[in-house]
Amino acid sequence: MWEDIKEFASTFFVTGDPLIYGADVSIVLTILAIVFVLTKYKKWGWLWREWLTTVDHKRIGIMYLISSLLMLFRGGVDALLMRLQLAFPNLEFLHADHYNAIFTTHGTIMILFMAMPMMFGLFNMVVPLQIGARDVAFPFLNALSFWLFFLGAMLFNLSFVIGGSPDAGWLSYPPLSQNDFSPGPGQNFWIWGIQISGIGSLATGINFIVTILKMRAPGMTLSKMPLFSWSVLSSSIMIIFAFPILTVTIALLFLDRFAGAHFFTMDGGGNPMMYLNLIWMWGHPEVYIVVVPAFGIFSEVVATFSRKRIFGYKSMVWAMMVIAIASFFTWAHHFFTMGTSASVIAFFAISTMVIAIPTGVKVFNWLFTMFRGRISFKQPMLWTIAFIPCFLVGGATGVMLAVAPADYQYHNSYFLIAHFHQVLIGGVVFGYLAGIYYWWPKLFGFKLDEKLGRWGFWFWNIGFYICFMPQYALGFMGMTRRYYTYGWDRGWEDLNLVSTVGAFMMGIGFIFQVWQITYSIKHGERDTTGDPWDARTLEWSIPSPAPFYNFATVPQVKEADDWWATKQAKANGTYKPEPVHLEPIHMPKNSGIPIVMSTFWFLIGFGLTFGWVWMAVIGFIGVAVCMWVRSFQYDTDYYVPVDEVRRTEASLGRVL
Amino acid sequence: MSGGKMLRQIHFWILAVVTTVLLSGCGSEYLVLNPKGPVAETQYNLIIISTILCAVIIVPVLALTAFIVFRYRDKPGNKAAYKPEWAHNTALEAIWWGIPVVIIAILGYFTVRDTYVLKESPNKEVAPMTIQVTALDWKWMFTYPEQNIATVNHLEIPVGVPVHFQISAEAPMNSFWVPSLGGQVYAMAGMATELYLQADEPGEYAGFSSNFSGEKFAHMQFKVVAKPKEEFDQWVKQVKGTSPAMTKEDYNELKKQGLSETKLYSAFPEGLFEEIVERYSHGHDMEHVMQKQPAPTGDKANETSQETQQSTDMSNMHGMDHSSMKH
Repeated sequence: MWEDIKEFASTFFVTGDPLIYGADVSIVLTILAIVFVLTKYKKWGWLWREWLTTVDHKRIGIMYLISSLLMLFRGGVDALLMRLQLAFPNLEFLHADHYNAIFTTHGTIMILFMAMPMMFGLFNMVVPLQIGARDVAFPFLNALSFWLFFLGAMLFNLSFVIGGSPDAGWLSYPPLSQNDFSPGPGQNFWIWGIQISGIGSLATGINFIVTILKMRAPGMTLSKMPLFSWSVLSSSIMIIFAFPILTVTIALLFLDRFAGAHFFTMDGGGNPMMYLNLIWMWGHPEVYIVVVPAFGIFSEVVATFSRKRIFGYKSMVWAMMVIAIASFFTWAHHFFTMGTSASVIAFFAISTMVIAIPTGVKVFNWLFTMFRGRISFKQPMLWTIAFIPCFLVGGATGVMLAVAPADYQYHNSYFLIAHFHQVLIGGVVFGYLAGIYYWWPKLFGFKLDEKLGRWGFWFWNIGFYICFMPQYALGFMGMTRRYYTYGWDRGWEDLNLVSTVGAFMMGIGFIFQVWQITYSIKHGERDTTGDPWDARTLEWSIPSPAPFYNFATVPQVKEADDWWATKQAKANGTYKPEPVHLEPIHMPKNSGIPIVMSTFWFLIGFGLTFGWVWMAVIGFIGVAVCMWVRSFQYDTDYYVPVDEVRRTEASLGRVL
Repeated sequence: MSGGKMLRQIHFWILAVVTTVLLSGCGSEYLVLNPKGPVAETQYNLIIISTILCAVIIVPVLALTAFIVFRYRDKPGNKAAYKPEWAHNTALEAIWWGIPVVIIAILGYFTVRDTYVLKESPNKEVAPMTIQVTALDWKWMFTYPEQNIATVNHLEIPVGVPVHFQISAEAPMNSFWVPSLGGQVYAMAGMATELYLQADEPGEYAGFSSNFSGEKFAHMQFKVVAKPKEEFDQWVKQVKGTSPAMTKEDYNELKKQGLSETKLYSAFPEGLFEEIVERYSHGHDMEHVMQKQPAPTGDKANETSQETQQSTDMSNMHGMDHSSMKH
């Protein structure tokens, strides 16, 4: 019996690596610390009532934000470990299998468990406020989306200490990801972590399309809607078309692994290339899904900090919509080297280049928003200005990669690595950071410290170029991605060392940002006006932090940049305030079902990862019961009485 | 943050890019930028053309960015124009919808032209020689159907002769890449992809496995030796004279997971490559193509018969290309 347990434990837990033992200890200590603090200060009830069961879009946004920052930390540590291993030739810091697991989890986490939730966090924190709504269209579904993401991410991260990490690359190409070449639970963790959170992503896409189309304040026609909300609409449309492809594709991959099917196997009539096509039919739109909202953020920030109306609003909207459609016609450029006919390659090369056109137009419009403006270099604007040159260079190398015959030389080399990090960090990360700095006061009621933020900014930026510019050159030297080591004979050592130094500088930048957040909680400049940046859109018309019902009275929108127009009118003395007429506010009730149901999904994923069907069956029954219970719940909403609204507003310094 | 600081950083960025580009111009370790054959040459030219076309856009835009950020910074006493409601200008917007269209049209022309060019042999005067490439876990096997020899992790080719590579795998997908000679093609089980390469200068070139295929993939590199035709023939003779023949058992041993040293074989089982491709091409209707494949000619074949066989080989290959990708 004892022997059996020992045997089980030695395969169940990941053993033999001091790095992982260290992680085990720190995970246990962190959990103990959290439990201790919650118990000591009697906060369990508070945690459950205020956060775990909340359906408030702002709190869900904050939970997304916290999770994504944790995942940024994990993915960043993965990156630094890789850069350490590659700092010198022939290092034995990481073994091949460990390195392979790390680049796999780095990629998966950064895209699916860092970029996506950070983006959803921003959707949640901003969109309802920006369009004058009291919540999203489906608050319950919104909470469910978050918990599906969160438990999917936890399932994926568990593979680090239990069962073993996936190690077939972030997109798990078969046949390598099939049982023959990747036995064990690692790939299953990958499949179920993504599968569960992917369902949540799809639901979020639906939720925000409906929210934007149906819940805008009266008077806000689509042509007066702020550009960030437009970008969310564009991104959500891509989500609802792309994510079902992902779900089906990895479901088929799981059937191959679990049930011995032959969709993508090497033998038995399977076709691995079919998987490549399918996964990139999701994967390419996916990069636009994450970058388009960043474009939306830049549009808001540029206008606010140039104190000028956004230039070429219509062009901007058209550009985002063209990108949303065109992004579905470029997927094969991820494998120009598959040896197919010239006509197919030519089609995808041209379609890829075409995407550069609307993207370029956006850059010009941002520049001409600043032109004849008055630019103040606050943190959100700093990141936006840093984005422009970074994205220009990254975009240019993207166009170079689209030149298919030249891509035969770049493919899978560090040139490619440098390119996509430049657009994903320079575009997505810089954009989301700009957004976080920008909307932080609205959510939390205080600004993030400028000085510490500047340190973070410069470390990130200089570190970025030191890290990734050499990688373009390494690509020309033939250095291929995913090599865990290299010899002295190639001449790759100098630039790799430089690159590692740059990566650590970005790490230091991140530490400054964590310091900045913790410092600012106590010492950050408080926002008493609700409009700390002298901004233009509706979310800045209400107090900071926004009250739970958002708007005491539903705003009447007359033009684009409505809040700016109101302020102008007040300054000119032409403002005619409308009589305030408070009404009871209709709000959704909190629910524990999303977290419970997602936990059952976690059981399904965990059970199927290890092939324990009984556990998965329990999970499926649990999910079904949750859906049943929810279907017959009729008491899901309530009204906030006028008195309470008045009291809340008064406590935030607004007399109605 | 002062505008001056911002400018300095923009300078730094431009410098970083320029240095990288300049650096890459020299140095023999920049394999892609020192092409040693017509295919790599074509690709090198495309790299230069696309870099210039991109630079034509981004350098002025970078300069414009620096100018605007500096000129319109919010500083007391800044005399630059301030027009907070100026937000639309049809002519300007038409220009920047138009410029990228023109650039993309030019670049698209070169791209499409060379995409078709590279599907053909780079050298019409010399009949191409066929070499079959099989990616295994974690080694490369090369079979020479015309010479009836085989090698592992070592490739010798004659200078000035276009080599027609047929590429497959009996392992997870990989990618066959010799940067000095030209860009890569995937090696996939159940399919035979094609790639033409030619070396114009004798020398030793590095070959890489460029698609992740599992634990030891980083060690799956190979050496390409290009030598004058006579020396190449000499080498073939030497391999035939001194190396063992590859048996089926040898191959089965070879395809097991693990690394391998460089190996040379004086012969290999007839139709080995075709067999490997067919083993995994169920439903791919490539049998008819494979049957028409000429059997390895061996050393008895004379020059003329080899050439006629090559031309049938070629036409077959086009058919195979389509059938292999159809499903």
